[in-house]
Amino acid sequence: MQTEDTLVLGGHTFHSRFILGSGKYSLSLIEAAVKYAGAELITLAVRRANTKEQESILDFIPEGVTLLPNTSGARNASEAVRIARLARELGCGDFVKIEIMRDSRYLLPDNAETVKATEILAKEGFVVMPYMYPDLNTARDLVNAGAASVMPLASPIGSNKGLATKEFIQILIDEIDLPIIVDAGIGRPSQACEAMEMGAAAVMCNTALATAGDLPLMAEAFRQAVEAGRKAYLSGLGRVLLRGAEASDTLTGFLHD
Amino acid sequence: MITVNGKPEDADGITVTALLARTGYTPQQVAVERNEEIVPRAQYDTVMLHDGDTVEIVRFVGGG
Repeated sequence: MQTEDTLVLGGHTFHSRFILGSGKYSLSLIEAAVKYAGAELITLAVRRANTKEQESILDFIPEGVTLLPNTSGARNASEAVRIARLARELGCGDFVKIEIMRDSRYLLPDNAETVKATEILAKEGFVVMPYMYPDLNTARDLVNAGAASVMPLASPIGSNKGLATKEFIQILIDEIDLPIIVDAGIGRPSQACEAMEMGAAAVMCNTALATAGDLPLMAEAFRQAVEAGRKAYLSGLGRVLLRGAEASDTLTGFLHD
Repeated sequence: MITVNGKPEDADGITVTALLARTGYTPQQVAVERNEEIVPRAQYDTVMLHDGDTVEIVRFVGGG
């Protein structure tokens, strides 16, 4: 029998391996999304306050869920550090997902600036979860900078295109001694399952749910897919034959000679 | 004049608490930066805003 399977990030223990985004859907759906996804971590963004908005997203997030503010909107390390400090001042813990983009067409992360921001924020005691383009050298720099996990993209943010960077994510899983959390581009439960079968520590999704026909049902589908993929990884996948076939039945005792 | 979230505001010589009250923000739901330095919540009553200050007031919203 296996022992309890947990995900540890910055000394905090989680049982869920599905991280939920909260963007692009109604606040009133958040509670159901968390419940059906079984999520224990939810991402948020920090934006200028608007006097007309009286409802706070925090009132819609069930108790016990850990908040993971992102630094979206940051174009360099210093802006990301500013946003992270503001998020911490909002009083919801020390987690931060670093997200730094210079390019508004493809929204690709700036790996070099991400390493710089990780180093600064890790020293300030943040649990730093950097979103990055899957590159082994950058991942090693993030480890040295004090990251709590590494979050490589599967395909461009919001595209629902799945594991376009599969080979490179596999390299990170094989070489990096931190949880590898696949973030961005996962569009279907089968893709989340595949990432987990590869040995990813967790999967994060937002658009896949926000653009689904029935958000709570899709949240449940993702939870089950992530759990299935994790169990498959832990069990050890069966081997693949390079050529030919191998019967599953014994090859004796047929009704003919 | 000071600049609040990118817009000019006639708020010279008032505290952060007074600014938040005037603009309708709930102090528990926002974080405040003055000239790129965070103003801790405990100092909202004492920190005065001065001509030329740039203030950012932020909150959490949905995001991925």
